[in-house]
Amino acid sequence: MLQLTGVVDDRSMRAQYLDRMDIERERGITIKSQAVRMPWELAGTTYALNMIDTPGHVDFTYEVSRSLAACEGAVLLVDAAQGIEAQTLANLYLALENDLHIIPVLNKIDLPAAQPDKYAEELANLIGGNPEDCLRVSGKTGVGVDQLLDRIVQTVPHPVGDPNAPARAMIFDSVYDTYRGVVTYVRMVDGSLSAREKITMMSTKAVHELLEIGVSSPEPEPTKGLAVGEVGYLITGVKDVRQSKVGDTVTTVTKPATQALKGYSEPKPMVFSGIYPIDGSDYPNLREALDKLKLSDASLVYEPETSVALGFGFRCGFLGLLHLEIITERLEREFGLDLIATAPSVVYEVTMEDKKEITVTNPSEFPTGKVSKILEPIVRATILTPKDYVGTIMELCQARRGVMLDMQYFGTDRVQLRYDMPLAEIVFDFFDNLKSRTQGYASLDYEENGLAQGDLVKVDILLQGEQVDAFSAIVHRDKAYSYGVMMTGKLRELIPRQQFEVPIQAAVGSRIIARETIRAMRKDVLAKCYGGDISRKRKLLEKQKEGKKRMKMVGRVEVPQEAFIAALSTDGEKKGEKKGK
Amino acid sequence: MAQLPKGETAPRDGLIPKVFDSSSNTFHVYVHVPYCLTRCGYCDFNTYTASELGNHSRDEYFQLVLREIAFSKKVITDSGISAKPISTVFFGGGTPTLLAAEQLVEILEGLRNTFGIVEGAEITTEANPDSVSMEYLTILREAGFNRISFGMQSAVDHVLKILERTHNPENVAKNVAIAKSLGFQTSVDLIYGTPGELISDWKLSLDTAVDLGTDHISAYSLIVEPGTKLHRQVLSGELAAPDEDLHAEMYELAEKTLTASGFSNYEVSNWSKSYETASRHNIAYWKSQDWWGYGPGAHSHISGVRFWNVKHPAAYAERILAGDSPALERELVDEENRMIEKVMLELRLAEGMDLEWLKKQGFASGHVISELIAEQLVDGVKALQGRLVLTNRGRLLSDLVIRKVLNY
Repeated sequence: MLQLTGVVDDRSMRAQYLDRMDIERERGITIKSQAVRMPWELAGTTYALNMIDTPGHVDFTYEVSRSLAACEGAVLLVDAAQGIEAQTLANLYLALENDLHIIPVLNKIDLPAAQPDKYAEELANLIGGNPEDCLRVSGKTGVGVDQLLDRIVQTVPHPVGDPNAPARAMIFDSVYDTYRGVVTYVRMVDGSLSAREKITMMSTKAVHELLEIGVSSPEPEPTKGLAVGEVGYLITGVKDVRQSKVGDTVTTVTKPATQALKGYSEPKPMVFSGIYPIDGSDYPNLREALDKLKLSDASLVYEPETSVALGFGFRCGFLGLLHLEIITERLEREFGLDLIATAPSVVYEVTMEDKKEITVTNPSEFPTGKVSKILEPIVRATILTPKDYVGTIMELCQARRGVMLDMQYFGTDRVQLRYDMPLAEIVFDFFDNLKSRTQGYASLDYEENGLAQGDLVKVDILLQGEQVDAFSAIVHRDKAYSYGVMMTGKLRELIPRQQFEVPIQAAVGSRIIARETIRAMRKDVLAKCYGGDISRKRKLLEKQKEGKKRMKMVGRVEVPQEAFIAALSTDGEKKGEKKGK
Repeated sequence: MAQLPKGETAPRDGLIPKVFDSSSNTFHVYVHVPYCLTRCGYCDFNTYTASELGNHSRDEYFQLVLREIAFSKKVITDSGISAKPISTVFFGGGTPTLLAAEQLVEILEGLRNTFGIVEGAEITTEANPDSVSMEYLTILREAGFNRISFGMQSAVDHVLKILERTHNPENVAKNVAIAKSLGFQTSVDLIYGTPGELISDWKLSLDTAVDLGTDHISAYSLIVEPGTKLHRQVLSGELAAPDEDLHAEMYELAEKTLTASGFSNYEVSNWSKSYETASRHNIAYWKSQDWWGYGPGAHSHISGVRFWNVKHPAAYAERILAGDSPALERELVDEENRMIEKVMLELRLAEGMDLEWLKKQGFASGHVISELIAEQLVDGVKALQGRLVLTNRGRLLSDLVIRKVLNY
């Protein structure tokens, strides 16, 4: 589309043009929505099409919903080789909720494995209409893209809005740019905005002057203003990210609107993890980095936290595991930080026998007194899979405390399974397991589905009798033993021998459920140290001194940072899901 | 050393900046003889078999060393350092006894004529038990050599085979006896922890060494050095990797056996019958005295500067014949590093270190010392008397103790 409409010339074009982050390009996914404005001529009239490229992954549903709220129609792209995935259904559902006009499109029809007829049939079953209405395109070869653009012009309703009313612009995104400060992306709902005008944010009442206003096509292009229905960006020179809140309404100072637009509901973090700088002196940098990411990712929440083992860091809330992974990777990459992230945890509502209620987002904060009940978040999981894998998936879900709701066939081959399952089970390498059991064919989507009581216990890990808070976990009672054995075994491999014996124990309360021992190191000496060995030996000592800086002390035990990282990482491949587009 | 350390490039003229006033140091000499008949599988020393030498001739080697001796005298004098007579000489290798006895004597005479040798100086050569004889040793003794260190390694056939030592074990006893009869001090080197070596094998080697009646025994744990045949064998799984716990047990057995036989440990890996028969040459290294190392890959330490020669005999010959310094690189050891080296080396000695001095340098805080005593790594009674001395257990963990003392 970018090439055909002429906004990007053939020479500048590259795959995933709008995915600006390295991490998006490496993983072949979209994390951050990108707006772009393209001209298209049909029957002698030139139309301006404002498009937003959105992520597909379940963790970024919030990002998608914001974008959908700024649009009149949606192009539902389905991979012609892979067909409908669980996340396709989730995003389609969102679009229909927003009363958007849907244009179903099968992409990648140039692939040898493409089965457009089969999937057109599936799509038609899903949204009604004929399989023939489903457009077939190839982003790579350009086949069918012009028909798609025509179809957009023909069928997507024109924006409605009062051009003469006081200006109301919905902020659907804002990012921090090192050179230009905060860049705010808006959709003009009513009225218009022009350059040099004084604007005000309706929630904070803060007033700024518009230094620049423009459209993305797809590189930023300053304009005189934005008229009703248009999508563009605003720059006010503001550096403080909190001044430009996604979901807020922008109006003018001279002719202010009285009624703010309905904003977005704040997304609720589902998964928590402690994020710590490996070098303690990076703590202020980590705070600053989080502040900056928060600007473009309102779903990220964090508050300071300290860990005996890891020092000062932040307890961060994420929408899901991929979100967690992306944020930590962006922090490391874009801000040059070295980080340790603790094992992901969900939010537990703990009621004590004395009726006191405690919300636990960090296993080490789990109360020690008598607990009467623990509520854990449940999700409704939708799994789409070729029918051959139904057995193995049911086995996996059962092992993860899943309760099956129903099973439904799409077409002849594809099956949808729905389960209610504790989120904690999904957080702990469920996705990796699902993918490896189905050779990558199954897809997963889930949504919150309330809380349920669980028979849960906290497992602590002790090194030489000292509790290591970073390794505590809340698990189902039946799984406490296997967690304890797994973690103590892992640590025995990862922690180097010390000059004394180091017992590693897993405990539930005061009961030891697993134990390993790191035997005392008996020998640490260079046998020969003559004339020629001296310089080498001294340099080796210096190296060991440097290595010591990467050690954390737990009591008297020296634990290398690498051991924390390795022990906290779940086994298996990285959990990045390809977006079906 | 397979690998030389990394330093700054040494100047062609070899001149030595005076980093440290070492006028109170004694002066020592090491002569490297970089030849072996065959290369042993574990060895990464700077040594070459005939086929690895190219055009370089072993028979002319002593003349190169004589040239370097003359060169060293000039460098020392031109650098404004007062030349001193030599306190100890040590011929090592390689296999020094692959050179004709007369050639070793020529080198010793060159040293004597150039620097002078102090009365009663210790003059040692390493010897392969197969390459010496009554006649050979007699020539050395008459020229002033007074100490022979034999490479025995083990008394057990299957261990010697893994090490690829080709000497006949009976020649060890024979030549030690000859050396003793000629009035030499004697020493044997042992290696423990060879793949396949059992505790009982090691016990046999220790007992055999003790029965030789030498004045001195060195025992080194086998180190699998990168680049050696042994390393490849361990990587491929052909031989088992050495087990550090077994090494520790073998070390403890050595300490027990040797102590019971009248030896006492004076450095981590060295035992002697008396203070007089400890290797004075090696003690000079550990006490940071001045020495010049002659030959390819040899290291020197003069007035606070460490420098080392080019490794290959052919490259060495080329530099020497051109009248250039054979030194490849050097390191100017500053005050701070000199103190670190001192701790690193002297803590290995049985006499230990003066606690008062350590404290003055900012090393060895009271807290650290008390912890080391509690862990039985240093001798508590001696610490109270003002000396930091490793216990037997502490010797096995001496690198750890050194790091703690240096606050690493």
